[in-house]
Amino acid sequence: MQNKIEVSDFNFFYGEFQALIDLNLSIREKQITALIGPSGCGKSTFLRCLNRMNDTIDGTRAEGRVLLDGKNVYDPDVDVVELRQRIGMVFQRPNPFPQSIYENVAYGPRILSLAKGAKLDQLVQKSLEDAVLWNEVRHRLKDSAMSLNPGQQQRLCIARAIAVAPEVILMDEPCSALDPVATLKVEELMRELAQDYTIVIVTHNMQQAARASDWTGFFWLGRLVEFAETANIFGSPKEELTEAYITGRRG
Amino acid sequence: MDTAQAPPESLPNRRIGERIIEGIILVAGISTIIIVALIFLFLLKEGINAFLDIPLRELFGDRWYPIDGIYGLMPLLVGTTLVTIGAVIIAVPLGLVAAIYLGELAPQWLREILKPLIEILAGIPSIVLGFLGWVALAPLIQNAGADTGLTAFTGSLLLAYMSLPTIISISEDALYAVPKEYRDGSLALGATQWQTTWRVVLPAARSGLVIAVMLGIGRVIGETMGVLLVTGNAANMPPLGPGMLFNPVRTMTATIAAEMGEVAQGSLHYSVLFGIGLILFLITFVVNWLAARLVGVSGARTKVGGQV
Repeated sequence: MQNKIEVSDFNFFYGEFQALIDLNLSIREKQITALIGPSGCGKSTFLRCLNRMNDTIDGTRAEGRVLLDGKNVYDPDVDVVELRQRIGMVFQRPNPFPQSIYENVAYGPRILSLAKGAKLDQLVQKSLEDAVLWNEVRHRLKDSAMSLNPGQQQRLCIARAIAVAPEVILMDEPCSALDPVATLKVEELMRELAQDYTIVIVTHNMQQAARASDWTGFFWLGRLVEFAETANIFGSPKEELTEAYITGRRG
Repeated sequence: MDTAQAPPESLPNRRIGERIIEGIILVAGISTIIIVALIFLFLLKEGINAFLDIPLRELFGDRWYPIDGIYGLMPLLVGTTLVTIGAVIIAVPLGLVAAIYLGELAPQWLREILKPLIEILAGIPSIVLGFLGWVALAPLIQNAGADTGLTAFTGSLLLAYMSLPTIISISEDALYAVPKEYRDGSLALGATQWQTTWRVVLPAARSGLVIAVMLGIGRVIGETMGVLLVTGNAANMPPLGPGMLFNPVRTMTATIAAEMGEVAQGSLHYSVLFGIGLILFLITFVVNWLAARLVGVSGARTKVGGQV
């Protein structure tokens, strides 16, 4: 198992406030890594550091290294646009563009000039198939994405993300706005996707982390308390705090 | 303290309160419609004689000599059209670009300075701007080679300037209302800032942008005192061609303002001026209808993470 992303001595600040403190962890290639912890513990902030989405927020500062295939994504010569192409993201609330289903998936390939014409059609179909949405939308590709239910919208966002062939997919509480059935579908989908992609998922749902991930990191007040294989975290956590949190005594 | 213990208003009382509020809102809503209808009826009553007493061919003729009893509206229609089109061509692109800069590119502190300043511009009385146009703008135009500085183009520039604050401010509001989630979604795919603005934010803000442009056009068509000062007020047909914009013209609004004080109430001239008002009213109506159509096409308002 190779390390896709290696984080070392990483600190992150919102202005004066330090949101992440001395993080060190490795994210394995083609595995699902779950990040858990109470609200405000920094897990979403950390996720958004991996593709530098926090750059869009004024007054933020990062220190330390996030190595993607050995290259620090915070190096000055890194092109953020290219970085985000390699590290896709799915957000907490489904955020399809207010355009047609087809246009949503075709958007990424179009702006990056990956395909057009019949090849683009194929790519859209393939992405929707991979996101297990194709059969539900194949006859209504021209309909507005807003006509889909939230679960379908989230799978559309996943299709949109994989259409540009990223290497890593970040998921920021992707099921928090979904009902249990839609949640289960997204989890099954994650399992499928993990064969081809490295996935990092932030979740507040510990059952989800236990069910769906290979590795789990537990965040507390901006620090990474424990990082291990999911079975170990939930079976025999080393840290008292981890155990207290996953058993519901702290949170 | 337990708020649940507070004595609740009795249910029938609350129902009556609801009814009264609903009633007030209903009256307010209906009265707007009634007022608009009354204005239309009044214009129709006062202006209808113009359309009945003057043959249409003459009414839309190209000579406006009210003293000789010749009421050809064509020069005025052309004047308004020229000035309006000129102003729209200048103001719409400029306004949208300025709004994009303010809403998408400018740093927060600059936005906080510029936005109120632009909104203050909207409040400058048009006569003041007209005076400035007359004193400062017209000589520039004349020096640039026109026969006179008081031309349709001068009016267009002035009206463009007057409508810019409206267009910028409302467009910027529309862009601001586009959820950050759309921008994040686009940026996270590896789109550049400009691709995100052009392909995601602008389409998502379309209905608001259309409204901004239409309100701007409305201001241009209805503006009176400013154009009265700077367009030269010659009710002549400008010679057709690209030089048209650089001739003095007179707009419909300026005609009403300039002549209403001199006509005998109930005379034909009086009716014709109201007829012009009626036509302006209809133009506004058409512009609004077009705006509604354009907004309607973009679909119902949408929100992130939900269904329509």
